[in-house]
Amino acid sequence: MNKTLPDTTMAARIDAILAQLNTVIFGKPGPIRLSLACLLARGHLLVEDLPGVGKTTLAHALARTLGLQFQRVQFTSDLLPADILGVSVFSTERKRFEFHPGPVFSQLVLADEINRATPKSQSALLEAMEEQQVTIEGTTRRLPEPFFVIATQNPQEQIGTFPLPESQMDRFLMRIHLGYPDAAAERALLRGRDRRELVEELPAQVDAPALLALQRQVTQVHVSDGLLDYLQAIVAHTRRPALYQMGLSPRAALALMRAAQAWALVDHRDHVLPEDIQAVLPPVAGHRLKLNESPGLAPEQVTRRLIEAVPVP
Amino acid sequence: MSAAAPMRLEDRLPGRSGALLWVIAATGVAIGPHLFNQPVWVVLTTTLALAWRGGVHLGRLPMPPRWILVLLTVLMTGLVLGRYGTLFGRDAGVALLVLMTGLKLLETRTYRDAMLVVFLGYFVIITNFFYSQEIPVALYMLVAVFATTAALVRLNAGEAIQPVRESFGLAGLMLGQAVPVMIILFLLFPRLPGPLWGMPQDSTTGVTGLSDSMSPGSISQLLQSDAPAFRVSFTDDPPVPAQRYWRGPVFAHFDGRTWRAGRETEVDALPQAPDLERVVTYTINLEPHERRWLLALDIPVSVPPDARMIEDHYLVSSRPVRRLVQYTLASRTDLILEPELSEARRRQALNLPARAAPRAQALAQDWRSRHEDDEALIRTALGHFNEEPFFYTLSPPRLERDPVDQFLFEARAGFCEHYASAFVVLMRAAGIPARVVTGYQGGEYNRLGNYLLVRQSDAHAWAEVWLQGRGWVRVDPTAAVSPERIESGIRAALSGDLGAPDFIRRSLDWGIVRLQWALWRDSIDYYWSGWVLAFGPERQGELLERLGLGRLDWRGMITLMVALVGVVVLVFAAIFLWRNRLPVADPLAVVYRHFCRRLARGGLTRAPHEPPMDFARRIARERPELAEPVMAFTREYVALRYGASPDPERFGRLRGLLRRIRV
Repeated sequence: MNKTLPDTTMAARIDAILAQLNTVIFGKPGPIRLSLACLLARGHLLVEDLPGVGKTTLAHALARTLGLQFQRVQFTSDLLPADILGVSVFSTERKRFEFHPGPVFSQLVLADEINRATPKSQSALLEAMEEQQVTIEGTTRRLPEPFFVIATQNPQEQIGTFPLPESQMDRFLMRIHLGYPDAAAERALLRGRDRRELVEELPAQVDAPALLALQRQVTQVHVSDGLLDYLQAIVAHTRRPALYQMGLSPRAALALMRAAQAWALVDHRDHVLPEDIQAVLPPVAGHRLKLNESPGLAPEQVTRRLIEAVPVP
Repeated sequence: MSAAAPMRLEDRLPGRSGALLWVIAATGVAIGPHLFNQPVWVVLTTTLALAWRGGVHLGRLPMPPRWILVLLTVLMTGLVLGRYGTLFGRDAGVALLVLMTGLKLLETRTYRDAMLVVFLGYFVIITNFFYSQEIPVALYMLVAVFATTAALVRLNAGEAIQPVRESFGLAGLMLGQAVPVMIILFLLFPRLPGPLWGMPQDSTTGVTGLSDSMSPGSISQLLQSDAPAFRVSFTDDPPVPAQRYWRGPVFAHFDGRTWRAGRETEVDALPQAPDLERVVTYTINLEPHERRWLLALDIPVSVPPDARMIEDHYLVSSRPVRRLVQYTLASRTDLILEPELSEARRRQALNLPARAAPRAQALAQDWRSRHEDDEALIRTALGHFNEEPFFYTLSPPRLERDPVDQFLFEARAGFCEHYASAFVVLMRAAGIPARVVTGYQGGEYNRLGNYLLVRQSDAHAWAEVWLQGRGWVRVDPTAAVSPERIESGIRAALSGDLGAPDFIRRSLDWGIVRLQWALWRDSIDYYWSGWVLAFGPERQGELLERLGLGRLDWRGMITLMVALVGVVVLVFAAIFLWRNRLPVADPLAVVYRHFCRRLARGGLTRAPHEPPMDFARRIARERPELAEPVMAFTREYVALRYGASPDPERFGRLRGLLRRIRV
């Protein structure tokens, strides 16, 4: 049957990754699946939620499970670009400047509360995300492969925060919400071991080359003409004049396709279905779209309406 | 489950799109013009109702309690009844409609209520035509229809939030598609003879025109009005200004003060016009004037349908002219009218009350004793007007007991009716048969529209005398006093006269641009009245005949109308279907559509945005007995449609799987 991947080991690996993540974060299979798909599609993830719902744990668990080197940066209003990127310090021993790489030079960077830093510091990170490289004092340094940023953001408007502008939100492939766990999951959490300890003990399920292979595999997932018709119909709908403040850009369309491919791969398929598009549309398009009228409408409602407005061919 | 509670409008529509505010605004636009036609309180009350409902919508005011609505309804009906004494007829009916539309809107809670208000709004719009059918009103109504249609679109936009531009665009598209239907209905809807909708005659109250009698001062009112009386387009060149006498009612009876028409005896035979080359043919668009005269160029030799020619050679329609009528006529300006005068008619044309105007009678007898020849006597009389100090003025002194004598020997100032009346009295006293002819003289040629505009201010009265061998001859005593009046029109004659009406003096000062604009405006008005307002039963029949459809009765017209509207609807439907056609070339899609239709028959309808696998899983949940075949089919379909390497052979299998599904 077509339900299996050509390479069964890959499917097994993905299942193992998901299973391990679910042992750490209870009751959130959807967001976990999305964040894995996001990573496999080589995209960066924005987690928007209240403090304490497990954003950091998710990032940490992802890093451990995927065998990635992990760094966390707490964004504050006095954070400087150099605190992220690194700085050259004069070494008195060697009589020359030595570069001390910043936390951005890790495979998985958790940028906590990104909206509390100044726009200057924010854009330092966002440019690094986009370029996959950092230029400091005339030297261009490549970032490690794979490179994955999870940024968190507190959705509540607070004094002294700098919400990310739309153009920068576009750098994130997905924006997801974790939300409160349900009663059973919360009970399991309360009964269970300390998360931090648990995460430290997690074994890596894949190594870097295997992860890169999985990322390559995403681009191999088949996208049929019928599916592209559907995808383009969705994008075209958002570009109808005066309906949205701005439609989905070609970059967003590409992101939507990559995310759907990754989603299909996580679902052990070698081809994309309209269901995949619909599954990844809310996290991929939610932070890129705004209806012209009633800007107060929640992003979930905007994307739900978008899905309902476009018939599946 | 509670019984289906009526859905509140605010629930059904996203609050911010404010469809109800659109309905309120459109209703406001629709009732606007009634501010001029109805008592102020009617429009004011309605506007307050609209404002209240708007306040409710915005959350500022509470919904009015039921007893207030009942009280308002009773109160308003009572007020209308008190004001008009009835609830029917134009004014009372419109007042009631406007008020009730406002109250209906005030109690609007559901979608259905709002739809009702929208349709009432269309009715309110059409009532504007009961008061005026002029172009500005028609344009305003077009805007109102557009606004109401946009509100209708808005109301039916449903869940989706519609941009403002899209609402207006869709409304415009709908109106655009309605244009062919409008044209068909306009051309073919059976017309009733009479004004629009056979409304009570008050739609033409206040219309002026020539009166059926002439006493001092009766024409001067007309001369104050620059309203159009009629417009004429000539088949060939128009006659020279001095020949532009438009014949109306002829008066032969005089009681010493007032001239009246005789009995309406139809003429035995139409005046003969053997020399066809000198016949002038023309078409007249006559404005409604509530009387039966049809104006004609002096002297008509043909009679329009539905009209008669009276013995004194003027045309009378069988019905009062209550809407704009159009007719085509032929006239001769050089005709020997009634070569032989019978004894009875001669007596009639010489009749003069014995005690009327003794001084005038004496003067006429004095002339008679000096002139044997009738024509010489006429020349003397005209000379008298010309040489003695007579003045032409529109504000003559008031004439009391014996107007003719007073005018001839004391006042010596007046306008056409004074001169015509005095002249005929003088002629009759001298034994020459004479009568007064009223009508219009002159007109303003509109080069833009190629027609002659004759205004009420061109009203005129002149005399006719009967001479042996020449028949009735037109004599215009006014020309003897003020030749400019006849040669160049009333404006020239009055240029120095401070008694002239304001509009005439003002128009003399107007620049050429203003004049040009007036010409344009009147041209547009002319075509509007000629082609739209005057499109009555006659012109309709004429048009259908010219299209080769022969004489259609109302049944035929309705059949044809329905057929043509059907064709238009089919054409639009065809365009719509063609634009939205499904790609038939894809056999896979066809099979899947069969699959969906088969399940829909069993009540399992796929939402248009529902992906195939989700749909199949939903069916598996809802109808487990169908799970296996539906899942098998859908898996196969999805593999073929979205799979990496679709195998054409599997297509046959798909059909087989479809057959297995029995709902």
